[in-house]
Amino acid sequence: MTPIHEIESSHTMSVLVDNEPGVLARVIGLFSGRGYNIESLTVAEVDVTDNLSRITVVTSGTPMIIEQIKAQLERLVPVHGVSDLTVEGPHVERELALVKVVGKGEKRVESLRIADIFRARAVDSTNTSFVFEIVGDTGKLDAFISLMGPLGLVDVSRTGVAAIARGTDVMEHDL
Amino acid sequence: MSKNQMTGAEILLKALTDQGVDTVFGYPGGAVLPIYDEIFKQNKIKHILVRQEGGAVHAAEGYARSTGKTGVVLVTSGPGATNAVTGLLDAMMDSIPLVCICGQVPTHLIGNDAFQEADTTGITRPCTKHNYLIKDIDDLARRVHEAFHVASSGRPGPVVIDFPKDVTMAKGDYIPPTKVVHKSYNPQVKGDIGKIEEAVKILSAAKKPLIYAGGGVINSGPAASQLLTQLVEATGAPCTLTLMGLGALAASNKHFLGMVGMHGTYEANMAMHDCDAMLCVGARFDDRVTGRLDAFSPESKKIHIDIDASSINKNVHVDLGIVGDVGHVLEDMIKIWKSGRNKVADKALGAWWKEIDGWRGRDCLSYGASDKVIKPQYAIERLYELTKKQKDVYITTEVGQHQMWVAQHYGFEEPNRLMTSGGLGTMGYGLPAAMGVQIAHPDALVIDIAGEASALMNIQELGTIAQYNLPVKVFILNNQYMGMVRQWQELLHGGRYSESYSEALPDFVKLADAFGGVGMRVEAADDLDDAIKEMNATDKFVIMDIAVDPEENCFPMIPSGAAHNEMLFGPEDKAASPVSEEGMVLV
Ligand SMILES: Cc1cc2nc3c(=O)[nH]c(=O)nc-3n(C[C@H](O)[C@H](O)[C@H](O)COP(=O)(O)OP(=O)(O)OC[C@H]3O[C@@H](n4cnc5c(N)ncnc54)[C@H](O)[C@@H]3O)c2cc1C
Ligand SMILES: Cc1ncc(C[n+]2csc(CCOP(=O)(O)OP(=O)(O)O)c2C)c(N)n1
Ligand SMILES: [Mg+2]
Repeated sequence: MTPIHEIESSHTMSVLVDNEPGVLARVIGLFSGRGYNIESLTVAEVDVTDNLSRITVVTSGTPMIIEQIKAQLERLVPVHGVSDLTVEGPHVERELALVKVVGKGEKRVESLRIADIFRARAVDSTNTSFVFEIVGDTGKLDAFISLMGPLGLVDVSRTGVAAIARGTDVMEHDL
Repeated sequence: MSKNQMTGAEILLKALTDQGVDTVFGYPGGAVLPIYDEIFKQNKIKHILVRQEGGAVHAAEGYARSTGKTGVVLVTSGPGATNAVTGLLDAMMDSIPLVCICGQVPTHLIGNDAFQEADTTGITRPCTKHNYLIKDIDDLARRVHEAFHVASSGRPGPVVIDFPKDVTMAKGDYIPPTKVVHKSYNPQVKGDIGKIEEAVKILSAAKKPLIYAGGGVINSGPAASQLLTQLVEATGAPCTLTLMGLGALAASNKHFLGMVGMHGTYEANMAMHDCDAMLCVGARFDDRVTGRLDAFSPESKKIHIDIDASSINKNVHVDLGIVGDVGHVLEDMIKIWKSGRNKVADKALGAWWKEIDGWRGRDCLSYGASDKVIKPQYAIERLYELTKKQKDVYITTEVGQHQMWVAQHYGFEEPNRLMTSGGLGTMGYGLPAAMGVQIAHPDALVIDIAGEASALMNIQELGTIAQYNLPVKVFILNNQYMGMVRQWQELLHGGRYSESYSEALPDFVKLADAFGGVGMRVEAADDLDDAIKEMNATDKFVIMDIAVDPEENCFPMIPSGAAHNEMLFGPEDKAASPVSEEGMVLV
């Protein structure tokens, strides 16, 4: 059996940063420079008055690496706070994908049927193609995309994960 | 807009003055001409003109490490900035506070591959604590003040300000330092009291305690070294120091075991291996210190005090991490220790010291004395003997065997007295660093203990040393080899000395002369004392070229990939334990 301290697991971290030039480069540079994984990364401004952006990053590593990643992120000067949502309690994760499927006949009908089951919406269609929009957690999107594979899947665009704590909790950060 | 608007260059100079800057190390160029024009017009800040920008950064490091203040560098765009990069990373690795102002092409040309343009913020991002590109004159004063705060607080480090030429000439308002608030950056200095109490419990329950302290004690300021000494004496525990920590506890203190790590003493490494409680104070479990990680101090409970949470549990898992400034945490720890009448059981401590004395008896720093050639260790011993009574002595080193012999054979009684490149191991650091130290301490005896190869890496700075009449001493242990490289080739590569011979060395005596200093050459051990005395008494800069045993290796040594209790003591040891494959890939 692998000892606990060597088991890698996936963690979703929420990083509140000053929305200033170069801040994303600092975060990405930290991951590439220190050899950490990035499974998904999203960033957008979330507070116009205080000029803050939220970066949501899904990463994986042993407990010691995860602790390092959090500490290293907190060390960056424009970072206001980091929360490891995976350990800090229940949270919601959502991702959006746009999935293009090209085909005719039976496959085309089947893709619509599956989209319906997954509550994906067709946001564009031609006689021979659909673009589906699907929202959900990463697992749901993966499942949908893999089902579309044999049905004429030609292109996928995903946003990466956005996440937030459940309930009344607000992320701690210095302002 | 107020009526007393100033240019960017004026604002910069005013901000530097308000930050208490008295010295800037720099080199001019097109992008910084308006700043140099402002420097010309004032006389509060002294500008030291170096001979290459790399020299400016190391000089600022020497200045900073020997004073505790922030070192300031000014370079031009493009090649000026790129020449500064090695020094910036050096300062980053060794936690030295610097502010480096780089010229930049005007904002409208950024990104156009303009003349002498470099993506300075991009290049320096991973080798600075933080960097700023100032695009708006209204940000300037605030950013400069912020830069000093970031550089000097928390875990110190270098900060770059990239300063486009149009902004140096634009007009804006000045803001004094008091008006600057920091939104996101607020390092924690006080340690958690509950954890400090727990640490005291662990230490007082120990039978074989060890204090392992490092550069963080020196970063924290001289008071922290005094507190460390108090804690060592209150607990009665043995204490070892890293290369970066030397001087934090006086070398003559009877609790001091010498340096730990690859070229540390036998007693320090054995104590680290065998202790049952380890208190790490401002050190970072560097690979030079830990040796093979899976065999690192297997029986001990580990406590780590560090201001940087990312240093804790980075390489070695510890039982108790205390985030905070060494000075603050030690003060609380001593209070708690004394108020609870804590004590390490005398009997256990006695037995522990007895064991340690046994290791000390191994006399691991002894070397084969010789009357034919000068042993490099002997040269350092003599230098130490002949300088230790002097009141104000600062030592810098280059990188290599000589650096390790300094750590082993020169006794540092106070913090901030040794300036050396530990983390990056930058050859060419010592000479410009000595120059920076001498500028900060004009009346002190400042000696760069060098190898002949390292000495040449920034030899151009003799020009600076001459220009400002700095009586720096360059004490070259000339073994005609990149000795440290040769030693590893002997140990790991069958003695094939590929490119490690110092071919075509200059005549250092003539070299000193050419720059207007005094050159000396010593070839016999008997002449050494007189030469050192003469060197110390000379009020000009001196290069002392000492012919030392070219074959001498630095022992003891933990070969890479080995554990603390697998030290090599001398040449006779090397055949016994060949370095493992895993060890070979390590540096
Ligand atoms: C050829 C060569 C051989 C070497 N061999 C050895 C050797 O045998 N032994 C050895 O020890 N080193 C050796 N070194 C040096 C080694 O590479 C490291 O630089 C050194 O061990 C690091 O020292 P340190 O742990 O004290 O950390 P530093 O690099 O000084 O880091 C300081 C630590 O303290 C923390 N800190 C900073 N300020 C504060 C504060 N105010 N309060 C609390 N914490 C703070 C920082 O966050 C950091 O974790 C060698 C270097 C070279 C070039
Ligand atoms: C800039 C740089 N290049 C290469 C090295 C690798 N290196 C480490 S020690 C050393 C040899 C140093 O020789 P010298 O200055 O003569 O010192 P000695 O070991 O002989 O005392 C070299 C090349 C380094 N540390 N820094
Ligand atoms: Mg040499």
